[in-house]
Formats: sequence, structure tokens, C-alpha cells
Amino acid sequence: MGSLTRKFANNFTTGGVYKPAAITNNSLANITDIPAAAKGKLTLISSQTASASASISFTSGIDSTYPIYRFEFINMHPATDNADLTFQGSTNGGSSYGITTTSTYFETRHSENDSVAQLAYNTGFDLAQSTSYIRGSGSITNQNDSGLSGVLTIFNPSSTIFVKHFICEINKMFNFSGSFESTHSLSAGYLNTTSSINAFDFKMDTGNIDDGTIYMYGIGA
Amino acid sequence: MGAIARALANSITTGGVVQASAINNTSVSSVTALPSGVDTGDLVLISSQTASSSASIEFTSGLDSTYDSYVFKFINCHPQNDGRYLKFQFSTDGGSTYTVNMTTTFFNAIHSEDDTSYALLQYETGLDVAQSYPADLIGSVGNDNDENLCGTFQLFNPSSTTFVKHFISRISSSHDFPMANDNFVAGYANTTSAINGIKFNFHTGNIDAGTISLYGVKKS
Repeated sequence: MGSLTRKFANNFTTGGVYKPAAITNNSLANITDIPAAAKGKLTLISSQTASASASISFTSGIDSTYPIYRFEFINMHPATDNADLTFQGSTNGGSSYGITTTSTYFETRHSENDSVAQLAYNTGFDLAQSTSYIRGSGSITNQNDSGLSGVLTIFNPSSTIFVKHFICEINKMFNFSGSFESTHSLSAGYLNTTSSINAFDFKMDTGNIDDGTIYMYGIGA
Repeated sequence: MGAIARALANSITTGGVVQASAINNTSVSSVTALPSGVDTGDLVLISSQTASSSASIEFTSGLDSTYDSYVFKFINCHPQNDGRYLKFQFSTDGGSTYTVNMTTTFFNAIHSEDDTSYALLQYETGLDVAQSYPADLIGSVGNDNDENLCGTFQLFNPSSTTFVKHFISRISSSHDFPMANDNFVAGYANTTSAINGIKFNFHTGNIDAGTISLYGVKKS
């Protein structure tokens, strides 16, 4: 056996399998994809940017591909002062929105002049077996540099067994009696259906979404 | 033909291509880079810093318009001194100064190990800021060997020159009392200038150990 052949043979197990040392390509330049298990768990599915939009709807991409879906709100700005960001789900691809929901809502507020600093549950913003839109935030001032940013997470929307839990966390700017304040809005709950949810709609409770981007990501298990 | 040669031959298709089952290196440990076209996921590690008796940890690069959302993860940050508060502040000049005013909210849930002293949810008026800096991210963390803090801080669209900069943070810390402390902080940096630096430090004393990693969330 020649020396090269011998060295080659030494790179294999007795089962004919390459040993790790037999592979020296550090860049693996021909690879076009890697196994899902090796990827980051966050995958951008789609995004939409508002431009004086009545609503933003995601009617595709929500299925059984991922067990968790994450919406990121970037600088959502209302056309109308003191509008609230709301959302609802659909089981018919966006033909209608209004799934019976039970939710909680609480928030912390702190004004720039330090006159307000509180943590409170808001009974006016929660839902009890209601088909109304779910509040992600309370009032947002529409001054030019204001708006909100935050995250909404939906768990296993394609399940046909379980209700659909969500957790929403947003920070916004609010104008309270002439003093601007930071408000941290936290809502959570479940859309009380065992049908698959395959669409979500976001809108202000009054007026248009003047500006802002919503990104939708899938998170692998 | 020897046994190994026969086994080897069986690992190659008739076209001369090595079959997947012939490669047993599941970690591919020698790989140092992948081609740019490979999808590795949309949470991208930008940089990471590990404290070693460090006065502070600053990120003065990597915060720009590449991403609309940035995530910092705190792993086992441990104070040199007992009962320290982790603080942060922003820069608009690459870290030369950290003087951006913020308005924040702060609440926490605490539960003592003895199950009797504390079990409550509260707003902490002493730990929020109103048009000031720096701001607190946690209440007191102890410096026993096993005490530390872990959590996440998310900053939205720091490069905007139109909007204030919102952020949301949640960190679990082991209080020096001792008790579990679940800290919720949110707010905005009240500037329309782009933010391109951030500093984390304890209110006194060093960051004895711990890692802070900065990630970008892909937007395309």
C-alpha cells in the first residue's frame, strides 16, 4: 500500500466513516444551508411599514412552521392623539377578526416631571370573553418624536387542541395633562379558541397608523 | 478488497460522491466560517464582553442603523461589592460622554428565601428616573460567590433621528437579603439624536465577573 493510500485509509474508521480529522475545509465554501438545529432560533418571516394605514394585517406565514411567533413594533406612531394600539386574531385567513379573548392589562407610568409614578391594573383595558380588539397599549401621544415600540409573542397559533396564549410588552410616550410620561404596558391572555389562528390584525382604536414598522418572526423550538 | 476498503466503497455512491452517512462529525468542529449565503438565523451576535474586575462595560460600536432592534443579554453578572445596583446610560457621541436624559419606570416582584419576609409586587419610586441619567436596571444584587444577575435589555431603533428611543428590560437578580428579585424596567431616551453607545456599571465598585452580549435582530 502506498503512503498516500495508507494515510487516506487512516482517515476512516473500520466502518468506512470519515474521522473528524479527515475534513480540513474550514470555510465549507460550497455549503448553501445548514440544519435547522444549528441555526439561530429567530427567523424573520415578513415585515410591513405603515403609511397612514388604517391597519396592518399579517394573513400569511402564521402556521405550524413555528411554535412561537414574535411581532416587533418599531416606532408605531398614531395619526390621532391619544390613540391605543390594538390587535386581534383570525381563524379564516383575515376574512374576519374577533376571536373571543380573556386578557389582563397593567402598566407602569412615570412622568418626565416626576409627578406620576405608579403601577396599576387597568380594568378598562382587559377583556373577559370578548371579541373586541385586544389593547396592546394605552393612549399614545402623536407628537412628532413620540410613539411606541415593543414585542407581542403568540404561542402555538396553529394548535387545534389548546387556547392561544399571548404576551405583549410595549413602551410608549403619553401626554398626561401637559406632562409627557413613559408608560410600560403589559398585557397577556389567551384567544379562547381551539381553531388554528392564521392571521393577525393591528390597528389604532381611533385614526390611522401614521408610521411604524411591524416585523414578524418565527422562533424554533 | 480489505474490510475497510469495502466499507469505504459502500460510503460512496456510484457517482463517486461521499454519502452523508459517511461523515460522522456532527459538530464540524474545524469550521470557522460559513459562506455569506447560508441562513444562520435572524438573531445575530454582534459582540460580547466579559467583565474581569471591570469598572464598566461599554458598547461603543455596533449600534447603528443595521438593525431596528438590539438585544443585550446579561449572563451571571457579579458585583465586586455587596448590595449593588446595575445602572446604564446612553451616548450619542460614540462613548465620549454619556449624558442622554431618560424617563423610566421600575417595578419588581420579590420573594425571600425564608418565604415569610417578602412576597410582593411593587413600583420602586427610588429606582426610576425622570429626565435624568443614569437609570437603574435592578435593585440590590449580592456578592456572595453564587449571587449574580441574568436577563435581557432590548433597545428599539437607536439610530432614529425622528423618535425618542424606547427600551424594555427584564432581569432576574439574587438580592443580598437574600431573595429572588424580578426587575422590570422600561422607558425612553429622550433624544432625537442617534444613540451609538451604552455603558453598564454598578453604582459603586467593579463588575467582578459576567458577560454582556449584544445582538441585532435582522430586519430583512
